[in-house]
Amino acid sequence: MERTIRVLVAKPGLDGHDRGAKVIARALRDAGMEVIYTGLRQTPEQIVSAAVQEDVDVVAMSILSGAHNHLFPRVTELLKEKGVDDMLVIGGGVIPDDDIPGLKAAGIAAVFTPGSPTGDIIEFIKKNLKRKA
Amino acid sequence: MSDTDSIKKGFEAYDAGVEKSVARFPERKKAFVTGSKSPVKRLYTPLDDAGRDYARDVGFPGEYPYTRGVQNTMYRGRFWTMRQYAGFSTAEESNKRYKFLLEQGTTGLSVAFDLPTQIGYDSDHALSQGEVGKVGVAIDSLADMEILFDGIPLDKVSTSMTINAPASVLLAMYIAVAEKQGVTPDKLNGTIQNDILKEYVARGTYIFPPSPSMRLITDIFAYCSKEVPAWNTISISGYHIREAGSTASQEVAFTIADGIAYVDAAIKAGLDVDDFAPRLSFFFNAHNDLFEEVAKFRAARRVWAKVMKERFGAKSPKSLSLRFHTQTAGSTLTAQQPDNNIVRVAIQTLAAVLGGTQSLHTNSKDEALALPTEDSVRIALRTQQIVAYESGAAETIDPLAGSYYVESMTDRIQKEAEAYIATIDGLGGAVKAIEKGYVQQEIQDAAYTYQMDVESGERVVVGVNKFQIEEGSPKGLLRVDPIVGEMQAAKLKELRAKRDNKAVEKTLAALKAGAEGDANLMPLILDAVKVYATLGEICDVLRAEFGEYQQKVIL
Repeated sequence: MERTIRVLVAKPGLDGHDRGAKVIARALRDAGMEVIYTGLRQTPEQIVSAAVQEDVDVVAMSILSGAHNHLFPRVTELLKEKGVDDMLVIGGGVIPDDDIPGLKAAGIAAVFTPGSPTGDIIEFIKKNLKRKA
Repeated sequence: MSDTDSIKKGFEAYDAGVEKSVARFPERKKAFVTGSKSPVKRLYTPLDDAGRDYARDVGFPGEYPYTRGVQNTMYRGRFWTMRQYAGFSTAEESNKRYKFLLEQGTTGLSVAFDLPTQIGYDSDHALSQGEVGKVGVAIDSLADMEILFDGIPLDKVSTSMTINAPASVLLAMYIAVAEKQGVTPDKLNGTIQNDILKEYVARGTYIFPPSPSMRLITDIFAYCSKEVPAWNTISISGYHIREAGSTASQEVAFTIADGIAYVDAAIKAGLDVDDFAPRLSFFFNAHNDLFEEVAKFRAARRVWAKVMKERFGAKSPKSLSLRFHTQTAGSTLTAQQPDNNIVRVAIQTLAAVLGGTQSLHTNSKDEALALPTEDSVRIALRTQQIVAYESGAAETIDPLAGSYYVESMTDRIQKEAEAYIATIDGLGGAVKAIEKGYVQQEIQDAAYTYQMDVESGERVVVGVNKFQIEEGSPKGLLRVDPIVGEMQAAKLKELRAKRDNKAVEKTLAALKAGAEGDANLMPLILDAVKVYATLGEICDVLRAEFGEYQQKVIL
C-alpha cells in the first residue's frame, strides 16, 4: 500500500492573506495527502521546527507580501543546517517571474503564481517527492 | 381580470412556449447562477415584486430604510470621493505618490501601511525583516508621519488609513501632524479602518485578543465624538471577507454582524448610540457580477437601517444610514493577460456607482503581479473619471431601482444576510462566532467551492481557464528597494539618540498605568506619540498588558 504523503502548508512572515494557502491545503487533503497548516505569522525557524517535528515530506509555503526573497531561502537554509535534505520545498503567491530563478537556486523546487490550478500542484508534489512514497 | 392576473397568464403562456423551444435548443447551461452561485431565473417580471412594499422596503433616497441611497441628491450633489489606496517604501516615496495622485484629480488620500506598521512592530524588529515598506509605507514614529504628509494641507484633504490593531496610534500621529500644521482636530476629515473582528477572520493583522481590542475601539469612539467629531472612527469591512472567498450575502451578513458587535460594545461602555453611530462607516467589495453587486449594496443599507432602528433604537438618521467605501475586487484580477483587468475594474466601478458608494478605490491592472506603477494607477483613476463624467450612471439616483431582477435580488440578499445574522446571534454574537471558527469555516467553504468551479471549468475566468495565450513575463513592474529596511532602521537609531528619552519613558509609564485601569487610552497615546515614542514601543506596552491574540486555525 502507498504511504500517505505528509505536507506542511506554511505562512511565513507577517502576511495575513491565507485564502490561497487554505484552498491548497484542502485540495491536497482531498487528493489523499495528510496536511498540517501552520496558521499565520510563522518565522522560518518555526516552520522548520514544525516540518522536522511532523516529519513531513513536503513544505509548501505561501507569501503575498513580497517578502519571499528573504523568507523562502531562509527556510531551505535552516533545513540544510539541520541536515534535512529529503524534504520537497515549494512556494507560491504573488511572486514576480524575475525572482523565480533565484528562489529555485536557493532550493525552492517550484514556485506557483496566481491562477495555478491546484491539480498542477498535486501532480508536481507526486512527481517530485524526494522520499519514496 | 386584474393586472396581476393578466401578467400571470401572459407569463404562463411565455413559459410554456419557452419550455418547448428549450427542449429543442437547450440553453447554454442547465443552471444559471450569480457570481456568488445563487440561482438566476430566466426572466424576472412584476410577479417577482409580490410581497415588496415600496414605501416600507425601498423608499426614497436619504430616507429610511435607505435602500436607494444615503443622501437625497446622491451624485447630483457631488460625485463619490475618488480615493486611491497607496503607500510603499518610505514616507518620502509615498509622499511623492500622494502628490502625484492629487495632481491627477484624486479627491481623497488612502494610506497603505506596511505589515510591520500594521502589526505594531518597528522596522528594526526581527519579525519585520523582509517586510519593511513592501505592502505599504513604513511608519515608525511621528517623524515618519510628518514626512508622509509634508506639503499636504490636512484641513483640505480627507485621509483614510488602513490601520486596525494600532489604529489609535496612527490616528494620534495624524492629529499630532495636523497640530504642527496649525490644523485643529475638529477640522480633520478621514477614516481609520479600526475593524479588528475582520482581522481575526480574514485579514490577519491582529495584535491583541478581542476584549482589549474592543476597548481600544470604543475608546476611539468616545474620544472622537468629542475631539475629532468629523472623523469616521471605524470602517466596518466586508471587503476582506469577500476577498477571502465569501459570497455576496455572507459579505453583507458578517460585516453587519461585526457592526452589531461594535455597537453593543460601545453601548456597554456607556456611550449613547446616537453619539457615536453617525461616525460608523463601512467598506465593501465590488465584484464582477454587476447586478448582484448593486443588489448587495442596496440590501446592506436596508439591513443596517433596520438593525440600528429596531435592535438599538437609534433615532438620528445619520445613525441609521450606512455610508460605505468600495474597492474593486483584487481577487478577480488575473496575472494572465493583465490588460483584461482594466475591463473587470470598469465593470466593478459601475457596480459600486450604481450601488451608491460614497468613495471608491479602483485597482490597477498589474495588482495580481506587484504593487501598481504610476501608469497603471492613472488608468485605474481614469476608469472612475470615465464612469463619473461619461457613462451617465451618476446623473440620476439609484437607476436600477425597479428592475424586477435587481429588486428581487436585493430582497434575496437581505433575507440571506438576516438569516446569517440570526445564526450568529444564536452563537452569542460575532465575537463568539469568530472564536468558535464559524465565520471562518463558512468563508473557507465558499472559497473552496469557487476554486473547484474554476478548475472544473464550470466557472470561466477569461485568460485563466479559457482563452489562454502564451505570454512572456510582464515588464516594468514596481519593485520596492530592499534597502528600505536598513534606511528605516538607521532613522530609528537617530531618533532614539536625539529625542527626549525621559519624556518617552514618562508617557509610556502613564500609558501602562492607563491600560491597567480603565482610562480612555487615546489621550495617553497622543502624549506618547508627541514626544516621538515609536509605534513599536507603544504597542509593546499594550502587548505586555493585554497579551496577544492566538489565531484559531481552521481548515
